[in-house]
Order: sequence, then C-alpha cells, then structure tokens
Amino acid sequence: MNRQIRTLAVGCFVLFALLLINVNYVQVFQAGDLNDRNTNKRARDAECSRERGPIMVGDETIVRSDPSNDSLKFLRTYTDPALYAPVTGYFSCTYGTSGIENSQNSVLSGSDERLFVSRVIDMVGNEQPKGGSVLLTLDPKAQRAALDGLEALPGDTRGAAVAIDPETGAILAMVSTPTYDPNELAAHDLDAVTRAWERLTSEGGDTRFLNRAAQEIYPPGSTFKLVVAAAALSNGYSPNSRVKGGTALDLPQTPLTLRNENNGNCGGAEITLTRALAISCNVAFGDLGLTLGAETLQEQAELFGFNEDYLDEIPIADSVFPSDIDEPQTAFSSIGQFDVAATPLQMAMVTAGIANDGAVMRPYLVQEVRTPDAELLEEADPEVLQQAISSSVADDLTQMMVEVVENGTGGQARIDGIAVAGKTGTANSSPDQPPYAWMVTFAPADDPQVAVAVMIEQTGVPRDQITGGGLAGPIAADIMRAVIGR
Amino acid sequence: MTAGHSGVGSTFVPRKRRGAELYLLVLALLVGVSSYALVGLGRDGQVPTDIVQYGGFLVAAGAVCHAVVRFRAPYADPVLLPAVIALNGIGLAMIRRIDLASNTSYASQQLVWAGLSVAGFVVTLLVVRDHRGLQAYTYTLGFVGVMLLLLPLVPGLGVSINGARIWIRLGGLSFQPGEIAKICLAIFFAGYLVVKRDALALAGRRFLGIDLPRGRDLGPILSMWVVSLGVLVLQRDLGSSLLFFGLFVVLLYVATERPSWLVVGGLLFGGGAYFSYLLFGHVQTRVNGWLDPFSDPDSYGQIIQGQYSLAWGGILGRGWGEGSPYLTPYAWSDFIGTSLGEELGLTGLMAIIVIYGIIIERGLRTSLVCRDPFGKLLAVGLSVALAVQVFVVLGGVTRLIPLTGLTTPFLSYGGSSLIANWIMVALLLRVSDRSRRPPPDLTPPSAADDTAVVKMR
Repeated sequence: MNRQIRTLAVGCFVLFALLLINVNYVQVFQAGDLNDRNTNKRARDAECSRERGPIMVGDETIVRSDPSNDSLKFLRTYTDPALYAPVTGYFSCTYGTSGIENSQNSVLSGSDERLFVSRVIDMVGNEQPKGGSVLLTLDPKAQRAALDGLEALPGDTRGAAVAIDPETGAILAMVSTPTYDPNELAAHDLDAVTRAWERLTSEGGDTRFLNRAAQEIYPPGSTFKLVVAAAALSNGYSPNSRVKGGTALDLPQTPLTLRNENNGNCGGAEITLTRALAISCNVAFGDLGLTLGAETLQEQAELFGFNEDYLDEIPIADSVFPSDIDEPQTAFSSIGQFDVAATPLQMAMVTAGIANDGAVMRPYLVQEVRTPDAELLEEADPEVLQQAISSSVADDLTQMMVEVVENGTGGQARIDGIAVAGKTGTANSSPDQPPYAWMVTFAPADDPQVAVAVMIEQTGVPRDQITGGGLAGPIAADIMRAVIGR
Repeated sequence: MTAGHSGVGSTFVPRKRRGAELYLLVLALLVGVSSYALVGLGRDGQVPTDIVQYGGFLVAAGAVCHAVVRFRAPYADPVLLPAVIALNGIGLAMIRRIDLASNTSYASQQLVWAGLSVAGFVVTLLVVRDHRGLQAYTYTLGFVGVMLLLLPLVPGLGVSINGARIWIRLGGLSFQPGEIAKICLAIFFAGYLVVKRDALALAGRRFLGIDLPRGRDLGPILSMWVVSLGVLVLQRDLGSSLLFFGLFVVLLYVATERPSWLVVGGLLFGGGAYFSYLLFGHVQTRVNGWLDPFSDPDSYGQIIQGQYSLAWGGILGRGWGEGSPYLTPYAWSDFIGTSLGEELGLTGLMAIIVIYGIIIERGLRTSLVCRDPFGKLLAVGLSVALAVQVFVVLGGVTRLIPLTGLTTPFLSYGGSSLIANWIMVALLLRVSDRSRRPPPDLTPPSAADDTAVVKMR
C-alpha cells in the first residue's frame, strides 16, 4: 500500500501547489485590476480618506481636498463646478472617477511611481501619503467667456465651445452645457450621493455628464468646407480659381440635386473659390468635392485628425469621415453632411491647423504635474500631430477665412482692430430637429493666438433664426477677446 | 501489503521527540497570543484587556494536550499538535477581529468550542488506547455515521441554514452531525476495506491498459456514490458530498492497490457533477459564480468581495485589524481564508496553506510507517479528509474551483467542525504513537533471568 500512499502524497502536493499558485495569481497579478474596479469599496474608501492633490487652472485651485471631520478624512471640493466639470470630471467614493480626476488619478491619489520617494518619506514620518498637483492648460477668462456666452442664449441650451492655442495645441477653453455639479457626487453623505447620481443619470440619460466638446460628434455642416477648400488649394486650385455657382447641382447616379441654403443663388454660373467660401456656396463645394474625389477628401480630413483618437487625458469620440462612399454621398460629405461628423474639438483643431501654417498640434489639457512638494514631475511637450497642409495653402486659406468674416457670413465674429479669420456652419440633422449652429474662428489672422470652435446643438431660438454666424459667432468673438486681452 | 516494510521500516529509529513538540508548541502559542494582541493594537491601538484570559486559555489548552500526549502517546508525531494549536489561535484571533468590527460575539463562543474540542482530543487519546480496537466497531460506526448524516432530515430536529440542510438544533445549540459522521465513516471505510480489499483487488476486464474491477465488485462504490448524491440532493451540501465520495475512492485505491478504482471513481464523479450541474440550480449558481462572478455582482457578491479582500491584502497584507475583511459575508466562517489573506497578505496565507500541508504530510507519513493495514487506511483516510476539506474550501474562496460550503479546518467558526477535526488529529496521533513505538520485546522472560544475581547485559 505504501506506493499508493506515496502517489497520494504527490497528489496532495499538487493540490496544495495549485492553492499556492492561485493565491499568488490573485494577490499579486490580479490585485491591481481588482483594486481598480469601481465596486471595490476597500480601494475606494482608502482613496477617499487620502489627501488628494489639487487641480489648478492658472494660479487658481479649482479642485482641492478639504479636511473633513468624518471617517473619510478629506472632502473633494470643486470651487467652480459648472465651469470646469466637463474637464475635471468627478471624484466619488461610490461611483468612481471621470475626466482628469480619472486619467490623472495616479498622481492625484499619490500612487504614481514617480511619487515613490515622497510616499516613503510620508510613511517613515508616519504621515498620510499626499497626492501631487495637476495644472491644466485652461485659461480661466476664456473658459468663463465660453460658458457665459452659451448660458446667455435663451432657454436650456445644449452646446459646447473649445479654444486652442494653435502654436502648441494647448486647450485654452472647453465648456459644455448643460453641466452638473461634481460636489454632489463627492459628498460623504452616501444617500445624498446616490440620489444625486440617480437624478443626474435619469435626466435625459447621461446628457449632463456628456462633454459635448469632445465626447459627442455632430455634422459639422459648412465649417467642413474648410477641409474641402484645403484639399482644393493643395491640388492646384488658387483662391481665385473659378468654381461652379448657380442654385443647384445635379448629382450623378440619382435624381437628387444639391441646393444652397434657402434655395439661394451663389451669384452667377461661376464664382471664385474665395467667394464660394465667403457666402458658403453648397453648389460650389459639392461640385468641388466631386472633382477632387472622396479619397482626396478623406485623406485631407484625416490629416486634420478625423478618424483618430489623439487625446488621452479625457475620453473623446473619434470624428468621422466615411470611407467607400459613392458620388452623391461625396457631394453631401463635402458640405459636412451625410455621415461626416466631428467633435467641436476636432473643428477647433482644423481651424488651429490652418492658423499654425498648416501644422496640426496634438491637443492637450495637462500643462504641468508636480509632486506634493511642488517639484516639477512632468511638463507638456507640444508635438505636431500632422502637417495637414502646406504653409502657403494655409496662408491662402487664412485670407479666404478673413474674407468670410469681413464680407461673408461670419460678420458676427468681428473684433475691432483685429483681423479675424472664420467660417460659419449650419448643419441640418433631421427634419424634426433644429439645425446645429457652428462657428470656427482664429485671431489675429496675421499672428494667431487662439483658435475657437463653438457649436450649439439646441437652444430656445426659433428654427428659422438659427444660423451659425448669428448664434455662435458672438460667442467665438468673446472667447477670442478673452484670450487676446481686448 | 507487498511493500509494507520497505525502506522506512528498516532504518526507522524510534524516538519520542516530546521536547521538540514542546518547543514548537511554545512557538505556536506565541503566534496565537500575539495575533490576538495585534488585533487589539491594530483596531484600537491597545492590547485587548482580555488577553490574559484568552492567552491563559490557549496556554492551558496547549499544556493539557501536550501533557496527555507526553504520557499517553509518547511516541506520537511531534509536529501535528503545534500546527493545530497555531491554526486554532490564528482562527480565534481573526474571528475576534471580525467580532470587533461587526459587534458579534462569535469569538467567545468559539473559545467554548475550542475548550470542548480539547476535551474531545483528550478523551479520544485516553479512551482509544490502541487504534486497532476501533476495527471491532467497523459496522457499528458505519451505521452511526449514516444515521448522523440523515439526522438533519428528521423533521423538527433538522434546520436549513443558507439553503443547506445539514444542521440539527437541540435546545439553543446547533450542530452539524455530518462533521462527526466524517470520522465514523473514515473508520468504517478503513475497517471495511481491510476485510474486503482482496476481493475488490481481483481484476476483471482489461481496457485501455487499465485492469477494470469485476462488475459484481462495483456494488460498494456505487452505493457510496448514491449516498453522496443523496447528500447533495437532499441536503444540498456540495462540499460534504464531494468529501465522502472522494474519501471512499481514495481509500479503495490504497486498499486494493488498483488505479482502476480512481478511474471508475473519477468517471462516476464527473458524471455526477455534470448531471448535478444540469439539474440543480444551486450547483449552476456556484459554477457560474466561479467562472465569471463579475457578470452578476448581486448574486456573486460574496465571491467578488473575497477576491477584493485578497487583492487588498496584496503581498504583505494590511496587518491585523487594519483591513476591511468584514465587508465579505461570512468573513469569520466560510471566508476566513480570504480574511486572513487580506490582513496577513499573500505571505501569511501561504504560510497557513503550508501549515495545512505539513499536517497532511505528517498524517500520510504516519500511514507510511504504520505496520497494520487498518491503521494505514485510517491514517490515510483522516489525512485525505483534511486535505480535501482544505483544498475545497480554500480553493473555493480564492476562486480556484467553484465555491462549496465546507469549513476551514481549525480556523473558521463552527463548533462541530472544530471538535471533529481535533478528534481526527487525536486519532492520527494515536496511530502515529503506535507506529513509531519500538516493537515490543518478544523474548519471553526465562527462569534463568529471575535467578541471576548479576544481570549480564
């Protein structure tokens, strides 16, 4: 029997080896994933009772951890919640984190490897580990101008605005309405937090949490004509090239025709490219798109950042230019309709690329990351995402965009004493929905400091009065003024 | 028993090793008492006020056990008792720790059970002077074992707790008779197989290189299979069902020296497991909770909390009283394994698993050196019963295998289990004492010796 007993001993050894391997697997290899899970109350409570680092804008602290007298020790406080919530996101002991609170969590919570030394010092000194600080690229004045502009519109406005420094890609403003108050979710009264969460998530789905500036794509309408114009200028056209005008464009393969807004006439059978952009002539750009071809348009759009995820600091939706489309679809895509869809951030990048001699910079939100002792850990390093167009094409296009603001549809974005370049857009979504009003601008045209995209999805203005220039233009002008200081 | 006395027997030098036991016992008591002190330090920043009573009890229990072993089983294995005392002390400290967090009083009850367990241990060693005496009660104990298993099904006596009908309630006290049945059945299997092993070892047909048993010999294993399925169906007790059947198959294999019994047993187990999965909702729930607990956090909250508990413990653990093991349901009984993993970390949990490994290794070693087949089978049975329990429950709570309801020997809260496991260790010590004892001097005293004036030695 001894041989069998020895075999049995080997069997028992295998079982115990499996137990040992398994606990190693769970407690070492799976531990990180398990601790990151949103329902893990142990990890969440520990994070909640730690002094989390602040989030700064300029020299202003917009999110900080205040000592509290309950068991969780620190209360996350948002000093200007409505203004910054779309970017900062929330920090909740129950529902986890979002936005910058989520993407910069390792630094803010103090668990980042680069904070190892300070963590050890805290441990030796028997102090709770502290989190590092994050400085955002946002400009408080531009941010305020953007939100005030959107909120000044009548009714419950759904809209977004983005401002970018064209030279670096730093995001100077990013607002979205309606918004929410992260303080409600950071509170320590768990019942109140649950009620707030249920209210926020039930009110028309998650529309309050949605950062419309980056997380949602909309048909860009006529603002997309900038991309088509860029492709045309890069393919032999000049600002003075004659393009098709008139009232309608017969589309090949179908009985459909492409018409101008309100069935207007573009002024003559042939007009200059500059004029076509200034008055936003659909017929001209539909025809131009057909001539250039879908592939050329797609290439140009992708050079500006379409079909790509270029921001990892907050979640974004990829802007879309469809592939494998037929000619009628190409014509509609050329005026920013059909399946073409972009985030306001994307349209701001198109504008910033034109402003920056054709170089589209990778956008970013985090300017600096510092240790709890204010030592610099990381600083933003501007980086070219793609050279979308040549410098000379960019110059031509800038002149054409100045013409839009001076003598075309974009008059509302004018700033006294400064040349502004811009493009309006009024995109139809579906017959039962009001059109989306767009305005993209940059200024000063000769030395660009800021590029802006404003989009209004829905507001309390009668449908026939909605135009990109009329609604979004003044807001864009205010944001630019806030940055330039006029 | 062809290989019965090979190797080990010939070189084995009998030594009592009671001093070694005492030394290990002091270490074990140190582990238990300091764990208890650290619980207080971690939770409230001070040593608990009742450390004197608690420590006094543990030391007294250790001293009594050691004394009884020293005088009544002097050649017994010196490692088993300290290992068991260490586990019991750690278990008490963890139960106390959960008590403090959730305002319960399981620890004081468990202390009473521990006292009763030590009494059971002592009585077993005193009453059972020679394990071979138990062989005379083979069928009596088999009958008692089955009766104990069936007891919870008696209306008015049995109660269902958490869906499993394995408890009886007498007065205010609830008890799991199945735990005691475990010992009875281990003795019954050993006694029965010692007698029947030659018949069962006869080979029938040869198939795929394996000598299959004769059809008419399949009776015992089939009836054991039916009993196990009965436990599963009528009492909804997955763990015990697996334990009884596994125990029987393993003993059958050792007794007959035929691996084919493992094949037959494995096939029966596989078939039974598969059909149980198809037929019973509670088996499906366990399997699904094992495969993907996060698919339904409401149903599998306990296993998820167990995983979080282990992850939170990490490599070095949170420290006694510094984690949140109380968030896991049944953190003091079924899930005490993950509670320990959280506060003592991977390091502590591995140490505990290794202590179990040592207990089982010493049990199997006892069986190896035992000279009589009944003792061999009994020691194998007791060791394997412990091994299966540890594997099934720790594997279950750490998500290695589906979760089944078995108690963690010596650690988790539960009187019946604690008493039964202590008695099992007492029996192992008895077998080990008999096996390691030097063979009695068989030369009969001669008349010449008595009259000699000077002893010539």
